[in-house]
Amino acid sequence: MTRAAPVIVGAGPAGVRAAQTLLAHGVRPIVIDEAAQAGGQIYRQPPRGFLRSRKTLYGFEASRAQSVHSTFHALREAIDYRPNTLVWNAQPGLLDLMDGGAQSASTLAWEDIIVATGATDRVLPFPGWTTPGVYTLGGSQVALKFQGCAIGRSVVLAGNGPLLYLVAYQYAKAGARVAAVLDSSSLADRIAALPAMLGQPALLAKGIYYLAWLKLHGVPVHSHARVLRVEGDARVQALVWRRENLASASGKPGTEQRIECDAVGFGYALRSETQLADLLGCRFQFDGLQRAHLPVRDKSTRSSVPGVYLAGDGAGIMGADAAELAGERAALALLQDRGIAVDAARVTQIEAELARIGAFRLGLERAFPFPERWAATAADDLVICRCENIRVGELRAAVREKGAAEMNRLKALTRVGMGRCQGRMCGAAAAEILAHAASLPVQEVGRLRGQAPIKPIPLGMHVPAPEPVSARVIALHAQEDAS
Amino acid sequence: MKSLNTEVLIIGGGIVGTSAALVLAKAGRRVTILERDLCGARSSGINYGGVRRQGRPEVQLPLSQRAHEIWGDLQSLIGTTGEYERSGHFKLARSEADLQSLIAYAELSRPYGLGIELISGERLRQQCPWLGGAAVGGSLCPEDGQANPRLVSPAFARAAEAAGAIVIERCEVMQVGHDGRDFVAEARQGGEPLQVRAEVLINCAGAWANRVAHSFGETVPLTSGHPSMVVTEPIPHFLPWSLGVEGGSIYCRQVARGNVVLGGGRGYEQDELRARASHDSILGLLPQAAALLPALRHVHIIRSWSGVEGYLPDQHPVIGPSTTQLGLLHGFGFCGAGFQIGPAAGEALAELVLHGRSTIALDAFSIGRFLAPRSDAVDLLSSHPERKIS
Repeated sequence: MTRAAPVIVGAGPAGVRAAQTLLAHGVRPIVIDEAAQAGGQIYRQPPRGFLRSRKTLYGFEASRAQSVHSTFHALREAIDYRPNTLVWNAQPGLLDLMDGGAQSASTLAWEDIIVATGATDRVLPFPGWTTPGVYTLGGSQVALKFQGCAIGRSVVLAGNGPLLYLVAYQYAKAGARVAAVLDSSSLADRIAALPAMLGQPALLAKGIYYLAWLKLHGVPVHSHARVLRVEGDARVQALVWRRENLASASGKPGTEQRIECDAVGFGYALRSETQLADLLGCRFQFDGLQRAHLPVRDKSTRSSVPGVYLAGDGAGIMGADAAELAGERAALALLQDRGIAVDAARVTQIEAELARIGAFRLGLERAFPFPERWAATAADDLVICRCENIRVGELRAAVREKGAAEMNRLKALTRVGMGRCQGRMCGAAAAEILAHAASLPVQEVGRLRGQAPIKPIPLGMHVPAPEPVSARVIALHAQEDAS
Repeated sequence: MKSLNTEVLIIGGGIVGTSAALVLAKAGRRVTILERDLCGARSSGINYGGVRRQGRPEVQLPLSQRAHEIWGDLQSLIGTTGEYERSGHFKLARSEADLQSLIAYAELSRPYGLGIELISGERLRQQCPWLGGAAVGGSLCPEDGQANPRLVSPAFARAAEAAGAIVIERCEVMQVGHDGRDFVAEARQGGEPLQVRAEVLINCAGAWANRVAHSFGETVPLTSGHPSMVVTEPIPHFLPWSLGVEGGSIYCRQVARGNVVLGGGRGYEQDELRARASHDSILGLLPQAAALLPALRHVHIIRSWSGVEGYLPDQHPVIGPSTTQLGLLHGFGFCGAGFQIGPAAGEALAELVLHGRSTIALDAFSIGRFLAPRSDAVDLLSSHPERKIS
């Protein structure tokens, strides 16, 4: 009996390695990716005809990017590759897709699926964050990698996490003026985290290199920096900040400092894109380290749902190197579950390597501690949900006056997370505000329920004439039972 | 073990149970609601938000008319308008035969005072330039309308609480019975056991009400249904009415914020408690929506949802006294149409407790219609006012 081809969603480092591994074992996958070209966000490729070299685009990551790209290039003819395609719904046995170019819907039956959906920035708003010229760090980086554009001529980069220094370095190297790097954490945090990070000396060295390079090139780097506001109406004109530790209560805040700039990139580490795993029915659990509810996966990347494997940053932030390994591991697990022999030594090796990276991540979180006091310091008039223009004070009022103590109820009462982004941008910050206002630990306020569509779909998209897809899927399963 | 004594215990904090609690608490009764999740989080809070009399079976119209009055006082009753608006409900006919059905319904409902007017031909085109080509006419009930169930249903619970009701959320009733003196409910609240004793028990447990009914030998053919709804991004207001279609496969309304909510088809069950909009329903709805309202073609769908509703085979709810246990009342199984009528159903249940009878006759909604006739059957409540409970 022929089985349906395994499905891989996402063609970043995890998806590419998963496809490569399946193909090497004689199994031809379907690879679905929203982007026009493989590479994911981290190794995003410029449109054809752009001439900047990989070295310029990816810096230290150039050889990894090269390897991921050339691997995919070599196998793309041998697989069923569907770029520009959004998976907008999933339910048992089927996926709903939309071809982004033709805006037409189609349906795909699945038996096993590797979810490699990646991550976006974790956004903690500040006054003025919706002013034109304010971007996330990831968005700033994509502008540079994809289009060769900087977000401005004179840029302030703020927040925390490894991406902060990487983007600053890439911007400065590309010729933008980095007016300042404002880190909400401090050097002391990073020194305290050193022991845990020594297991990955290369990664650690990169971080140190970026910081040293920035200092050497005269880029002001400030720690324990709290962004107070962005000034400007039609466009960013300046950013005002002061020294204040938002990770823990300590000391007196410094005086306000104003930096003239025309763009701001900010972000507080990354958050996983978990909606597909949610629609597939995966069990979630709160991860204290990442301060997020994440789909549960074991060290083999198997989720709680048989046939669903979770690889890469989409199920917890581990970084691009871990994503490649997890993609390979997911493919090996899928093969094992299909009864195909795999190299047991390689399985052990990958799992050990992933465990080492996991320990390093532990250190990273210590090096860039979450600004836990952010929620306490957010003013009532701060816009938290830009789709629905919901302010912090409205969330607090719902807690105070209507007893909201859970994210879905807060959404129902205030509309936070009810707009176009469906909480992908505002959800993490709203949970922090809710937890603080209700005096609850953040894990107890729950998470927004996932619902189709994962991203907005045009109502008028072309829908093929009703085809009994569900019947086909049922037939497929019935067939399996009979075999 | 924690325990609690109350006069009236209501199982289920949906719009029916909390409406009953509100009336009882205002009358000075000690009333307690046990809600497994959050009040108004299930079908009372996730429904489409139509507040409609038009199209209801005749037997429901007296209760529905009473509900219409209650809705008119919503702000003073629950402290919020809940985006309730008497925007009008327009039911479309896509064929001459459908138009004839609408005309027949307008006649049938005339004595109840719904104020239905029929619109067709040129007038329809003039009044509804946004309407696609499929409609030949329709009937407008100008005082029907729409509200935001996410806001209204939890507000009923808060109002009941403010009036003195005890509302206990995240508290699941595991077992319920009568010990000859009191109703005894064994519940669990966050892992902690809670025993509640009450003189009167009202079963408003929605799609899960059979658990309670079964405990008193009144199992009914209640099934779960899952409506499927999608919503667009917000757009400028163009749609004045809540729309339905005769022979109904799609319904829609534009909410205060500007989003268009569209419903149709069935979701799928994830488990006993949860449902999602389905592939079939979403893909079935999109082309219909584009045909009905061509202006929506270039608008994005941003979200879909479903929920769990209780359905009975004759499409009518159960409202009224038990046939087996004195002091037990039922109010459940509203078949996807309980939001508008819910406050009147709750009020009628409260009247049964307070006065032994309701202003509006509930005979058609008796649970007895699903039960085998019993030789010792007596009407435990309405025919014996002297035995009125509490």
